Amino acid sequence: MVKTLPFEEPLVQLKTKITELKEYTSDAEVDLTKEITQLEERFTNLEKDIYHNLKPWDRVQIARHPERPTTLDYVKVLFDDFIELHGDRNFGDDEAIVGGVASFEETPITIIGHQRGKDTKENIRRNFGMPHPEGYRKALRLMKQAEKFKRPIICFIDTKGAYPGKAAEERGQSEAIARNLLEMAGLKVPIISVVIGEGGSGGALALGVANHVHMLENSTYSVISPEGAASILWKDATLAQKAAEAMRITAPNLKEEEIIEEIVPEVLGGAHKDIDTQASYLKEVLSKSLSELKTLDEEQLIDQRYNKFRKIGVFSEE
Amino acid sequence: MSIRDIFKKNKPNRKTMTSKGQHDVPEGIVTKCPECNHVMLTKDLQKNQKVCPNCQYHHKLTSQERIEDFLDEGTFESFDDHLQTVNPLNFPGYVEKVKSDMKKTGLNEAVLTGTGMLEGNKVVVAVMDSFFRMGSMGSVVGEKITRAIEKATELGVPFIIFTASGGARMQEGVISLMQMAKTSVALERHGAKGNLFISIMTHPTTGGVSASFASLGDINLAEPQALIGFAGRRVIEQTVREKLPNDFQTAEFLLAHGQLDAVVPRSDMRKTVGTLVKLHVKEAV
Ligand SMILES: [Zn+2]
Repeated sequence: MVKTLPFEEPLVQLKTKITELKEYTSDAEVDLTKEITQLEERFTNLEKDIYHNLKPWDRVQIARHPERPTTLDYVKVLFDDFIELHGDRNFGDDEAIVGGVASFEETPITIIGHQRGKDTKENIRRNFGMPHPEGYRKALRLMKQAEKFKRPIICFIDTKGAYPGKAAEERGQSEAIARNLLEMAGLKVPIISVVIGEGGSGGALALGVANHVHMLENSTYSVISPEGAASILWKDATLAQKAAEAMRITAPNLKEEEIIEEIVPEVLGGAHKDIDTQASYLKEVLSKSLSELKTLDEEQLIDQRYNKFRKIGVFSEE
Repeated sequence: MSIRDIFKKNKPNRKTMTSKGQHDVPEGIVTKCPECNHVMLTKDLQKNQKVCPNCQYHHKLTSQERIEDFLDEGTFESFDDHLQTVNPLNFPGYVEKVKSDMKKTGLNEAVLTGTGMLEGNKVVVAVMDSFFRMGSMGSVVGEKITRAIEKATELGVPFIIFTASGGARMQEGVISLMQMAKTSVALERHGAKGNLFISIMTHPTTGGVSASFASLGDINLAEPQALIGFAGRRVIEQTVREKLPNDFQTAEFLLAHGQLDAVVPRSDMRKTVGTLVKLHVKEAV
């Protein structure tokens, strides 16, 4: 049974009622078929009503759903011949970021993504998808490799942020993130980044200086978590719900700001409800994006990326 | 126009400003060092580049003081003083706070940019100012720095930045995060054309500024004792549940961990950077 989110409670209650009625009628002499059908209709309508009117905080909860598909879940469905490549050749292998080569619709590509765990054990191994510098340096090594062999790069963004730890600081967390921002700007191959869960701050952006940036409908991308924003702005972390609205962190918000190109639609209720269907939605967007970028030469790719980020900012010239 | 003229025009009362500690003593006349409690005449501190003569503590400089201290006299010409911060997320009181810091600092935002001469060589400089919204980076800061980098690229001269920032400006949301990418793509282009970039990290340089242009110099320098890091000390202590060493995230700590080229005292900064620039002048080779 998948975990139920708070805003889904009315659906669960109605579903329970329908199940009870069905059980009751199977034992009793009364015919409640009509009532059951009515309730089932009501359920379908309620489902649409709830899932089509998600508030930012509801989306945050979907983005954080423990069963939300991760980078490797999509890799399995979307790509052929995936071979994972490990390590930064310098310090170690950070399992909070995975990368490798594969083919996508016959094209060899490089894949890089943040990787959360699905259970406590895996989460500890993967540090809850919060990378250390060597994770970002592995990502950069694989990007440079992709450039050498003229392979497009697809990045999946899914992290609460870069890990705030002692060792991370000692090994240059800031430099590792900064270096990726600069190097990605100059890569001569197409880069597509997709935010599939939480896109938390600099740790997310370090895989995000792409030609096209897309977001899954219920993913978020932000400078600080809603809890962090609430505690700084209002000295109260419990106001996270309010912060989620104020900070404009959802896919529709970022599309409006023209920071992202496409919103990848999600299956009703969130990506975790049906991974295969979700992957097919994602595939469509990736395919379109890639064929568009394939028409650009090396210089055009770099210029397009430059212009995309160059124009972001809101100010007046009075 | 000389820098004195510029400052006269929009920078009232800036000369008497001192860093933390100024509240302990009557304003202006004397200053107490927050590090060693040494009390000195403010004018003596000013004469010593605002470095405590007793303990070498580097008091924060305003961006105007930094320019005056660093560039050849009277050579600075500022860029983009007309850019104005707006309120993209409609945070109550945000514009008012920015306006109040404009008045306090005589700047339009938390960075002062422009051209000038350094020991006879033309450079483009950007000086962040931690007295303005803690030097945080929103759209105007990102835009001013990006324009300054682009100007340096166009002129084919070194770009030099003094960083001092708490990181991204939260009140501008994800747009402030994207300023990290914007400044970095400009630096990539600057470097790809063979131009020099020197980053000088001053107290404090943290968060999104540390994790973008501040760390991207061909040469990364820092002032003694400057706090430099990605995550805040308190956050790290809560995460790792261990006591951090006293020198954690200081310039000296970074140097020991291979993250900096050198820690340079303020008294040597002009000379050191001047020499570095001289060694990179393109025609010289
Ligand atoms: Zn002192």
